[in-house]
Amino acid sequence: MAKTEDNKNSGGNFAFEKPERAKPAKQPVSVYIKRYWQLYLLLALPIAYFVVFKYSPMYYILIAFKKYSIVQTVAEMPWAKNHGFEYFIKAFQNKDFLYALRNTIVLNLLDIIVGFPVPIIFALLLNELRFKFFKKSVQTIAYMPHFLSWVIIYGIALQLFTPSSGLVNMVIQRMGFPAVKFLEDGANWVKTYIGLGIWQSFGWNSIIYLAAISGISPELYEAASVDGAGRFQKMWHITLPGIRSTIVVLLILALGNVLGSNFDRPFALQNNLVMQQAEVLSTFVYKYGIKSLQFSLTTAVGLFQSIVNVIFLVLANWFSRNMGERGIL
Amino acid sequence: MEESSREIHSLKTKIGDWVIVFICVLIALICLLPMINLLAKSLSGTDYLIKHEVYLIPKGFNFDAYTTVLKDIKYIKAFGWTAFLTLICTFLSLAMSTLCAYPLIFPALKGRRVINAFITITMFFNAGTIPNYLLMQKLGLLDNPLVLIVPGCLSVYNMIILRSFFYGIPESLRESAEIDGASYFTVLLKIYLPLSKPVLATLALFYAVGRWNGYSDALMYMKNKDFYPLQLLLYNILNNINQVEVQTQEGWSAPGLQESLKAAIVMFSTIPILCIYPFLQKYFIQGVTLGAVKE
Repeated sequence: MAKTEDNKNSGGNFAFEKPERAKPAKQPVSVYIKRYWQLYLLLALPIAYFVVFKYSPMYYILIAFKKYSIVQTVAEMPWAKNHGFEYFIKAFQNKDFLYALRNTIVLNLLDIIVGFPVPIIFALLLNELRFKFFKKSVQTIAYMPHFLSWVIIYGIALQLFTPSSGLVNMVIQRMGFPAVKFLEDGANWVKTYIGLGIWQSFGWNSIIYLAAISGISPELYEAASVDGAGRFQKMWHITLPGIRSTIVVLLILALGNVLGSNFDRPFALQNNLVMQQAEVLSTFVYKYGIKSLQFSLTTAVGLFQSIVNVIFLVLANWFSRNMGERGIL
Repeated sequence: MEESSREIHSLKTKIGDWVIVFICVLIALICLLPMINLLAKSLSGTDYLIKHEVYLIPKGFNFDAYTTVLKDIKYIKAFGWTAFLTLICTFLSLAMSTLCAYPLIFPALKGRRVINAFITITMFFNAGTIPNYLLMQKLGLLDNPLVLIVPGCLSVYNMIILRSFFYGIPESLRESAEIDGASYFTVLLKIYLPLSKPVLATLALFYAVGRWNGYSDALMYMKNKDFYPLQLLLYNILNNINQVEVQTQEGWSAPGLQESLKAAIVMFSTIPILCIYPFLQKYFIQGVTLGAVKE
């Protein structure tokens, strides 16, 4: 006790000593409210937003276990057969759902396997550029596709890949090869989908790696140069280990989201000729639910997806922590 | 001996530098060429387009496609409506994000952890498409233009970016203001917001791009074509034209004009963003970096 007193008197705050946070003296509720009511008032609108738009729709999840009818309220609707799991069973007997499930997983995994390394490699390349202006120009250009909507990217893809008049096919035909059906053939569509995804996001995703690289101490590079390390040795032994934790966290986050499905990208890019490869869970729910009004079935599908997603995410987080990395949750 | 090996070493480095420059130029071209092709097509004459002669430089230069687009009241209306929506949404979202982020940086605020958890959960668990749809129906928001504004007016991710930035502002600044008797609201207006201009610019860009590029909410909740945002209109146009092409391959009227028109519409609806984002580069890089730093 006396020692602490001494420290305070001398004004010394030793680094190894945990700074003691002054515990707020017990104050009556009225004083606390008088002091902080403004902050709660500021929070009122955002909290109302979350209650209304994020939490209240969760009530409708019950529909997954009930037989939906337009004229009844959710409480009045009769429970579905098989202890309420009728629609989950129906979903797994539905061919379109199984395609959508498979495609969601396959497309997400391909995105990771093919697309994940691209921004890392790009960041490594950018880091080697000496001319500041050139580096900045390349960055600006590479960020551009991120700002295009998927509808626009689809429009661009049509201009590039249409069999008769697309730029890429014109070049292919000029060289004497037959035109490639990039968007009309299932297997090609998958490649185009993955390629466009990389095109849209690699520049943007490189930002985070560049930031991590800029945090590496320059002394390490200097020391390596003195030891005669070449470019690749420095990349391999300094830069990559320096951004390892960023890579691991982002990879795990991506793996945790393997059943997640964004709507804009697949919906904009798909067409009727490739549905077997292009339908994913989000577009399946849209078509079966909002278009064909099978609310119970699609709510069940949505719930299945949400729950699996949360489980994957928690697992990924646990895995990340166990590897000694920063968690994501 | 020593000298020559050093020379070889520096030569290798130089060659390596140029190889990397070359690869980067290639990457930049891959990003740019599709846009250049699009621009060339939108400015080309129909004859050249039919003969498939337009690559990267417009042939038979003219602005016909653009005048056609600009004469069509449908596009102008959608453009104006989307611009208006984007403006409203951006302001509302910035206000909401600030309201949400600011109180949560006060360690003494009771219930802060609970509120943080309450908000973060919504990032990872979503009720789903159909429950959201039914909610909109219940609230009378289907076919209501408000549905394009209100439900998306707060993004947790963006709020976290702002909160991280607020955390970075020295506490001593606000404490001295508090001692001078300033209320929390005054501190927000007079200290936090002025200091946060760069991150607010980033968030404005994120929100504006999200609204300008978004079409799925309108697709699901909006049947009234008058309120279609530009992207949904574009989606319908591209798809109708595309369907025709799939069915009849080559046999429709003036395919050249259709093609330059399509290209012009795509250019028309993406130009605003392409003009803005390069100027905000410094800011959004900071924003992305802040977003990665969770508490």
